[in-house]
Amino acid sequence: MNEEIMAMLKELRPEFDYSDSEDFVMDGFLDSFDIISLVSLLEEKYNIKIDGLDIVPENFASVETILSLVLRSGGNK
Amino acid sequence: MIMKFRGKRITSMLGILPETVGFFDDEVNNYSFPPKQTMRLKKVMGYDRHRLAKDSSTVSDFAAFGLNYMLESGWIGRDDIGAIVTVTLCPDFFVPHISNIVQSKCNIGHDTICIDIAQGCCGFLLGLMQSFMLLEHMDKKVVLINGDVLSHKVSKKDRNDFPLIGDATTISIIENKGNEEIFYEMHNDGSRGNALTIPAGGFRMPSTSITAELTDQGDGNFRALDHMHMDGSEVFNFVQKEVPHMLSHALKITGKKVDDFDWFFFHQPNKFMLQKLVEKLGLPVERFPMNLVENFGNPSGASIPLTAIFNCQEDLLNKDNKCCLSAFGSGLAWGTIFMTIGRLSHVELIESNL
Repeated sequence: MNEEIMAMLKELRPEFDYSDSEDFVMDGFLDSFDIISLVSLLEEKYNIKIDGLDIVPENFASVETILSLVLRSGGNK
Repeated sequence: MIMKFRGKRITSMLGILPETVGFFDDEVNNYSFPPKQTMRLKKVMGYDRHRLAKDSSTVSDFAAFGLNYMLESGWIGRDDIGAIVTVTLCPDFFVPHISNIVQSKCNIGHDTICIDIAQGCCGFLLGLMQSFMLLEHMDKKVVLINGDVLSHKVSKKDRNDFPLIGDATTISIIENKGNEEIFYEMHNDGSRGNALTIPAGGFRMPSTSITAELTDQGDGNFRALDHMHMDGSEVFNFVQKEVPHMLSHALKITGKKVDDFDWFFFHQPNKFMLQKLVEKLGLPVERFPMNLVENFGNPSGASIPLTAIFNCQEDLLNKDNKCCLSAFGSGLAWGTIFMTIGRLSHVELIESNL
């Protein structure tokens, strides 16, 4: 699942090297519209619904936090 | 703040759109972002087309065009009008006020109350509250105008704000009728007001050549201090937190259930935000229109009446509809109204060349 999430990030913003970042949002790799696009991709890919209250920057800081969000939202590892 | 009103009805609704249409596909190259990345927002946010007023057109132009149409079509007589209430973020001038300008342009008599209210997204709810309170003390009708030309106040190089904005005006006739109770709830939190701002142009920061300069915001968007800006994340989180809580509470204290409502007419910020609200609240999508942004853009305070007019003209004319209205935005403010809307005398959506 980590690789799939990384592929989505690369699709969204291919210009960044995500392995260089400790916080995708703080480092400017993802803005609020990228997060919305990513939510849409994640919901489609894993057939989940992400709660609106969970769409906050800290849940999109790293592949690990995104994975945790997906699992919390009902995605299967 | 919870209030209850009784025996007030909307009896006619008119929507007035500028005829100029801007297409998202054509505007993609105005932004500094890669087109592929921007186009992804078309589906998610519901961006497709929006209505844009001419640079020279103001809210009073649209309102007078619409009210004259209503007068000439026999929807209302000049002598029936006891008050004109205008809710807008886009005054023609600081002085005189739009309601007074419309009164003059439409030859409405001097025995008329004219009130302008500065409010954005919750403008229809605030306008209804003012209208209901006026009607407690008069037998005539209130002309409620909700209009904005916010496209004049948004940078065309700002992808955060420009694609979602649309210009529109609505006019609703409100009068004393029947005896039904109306539930009204409104909340405000001024401490979060900076989430949606137009920094320059008032007395605190008058417009100058400096405030008109487009500057790189560091996130790929270019805007000036004269322009409107919405902190998307802040507003999104505010809506997801406050609106479900408010509506759950309102349903509980009124003893109503989701199934009791025929229509949910909500403010229309963007499709994504509305879909998340629908999921959170378990609302029926078939009774929750969320197509305004893709057809016209978000017209601020006119969004609720325009959503109703555009989607439910037949129902509004032919039957009584139990409606849940809800709006949220600038202020920050959020509110809801439970009321019956239906068996209207007239409902129409028209275009002007303004």
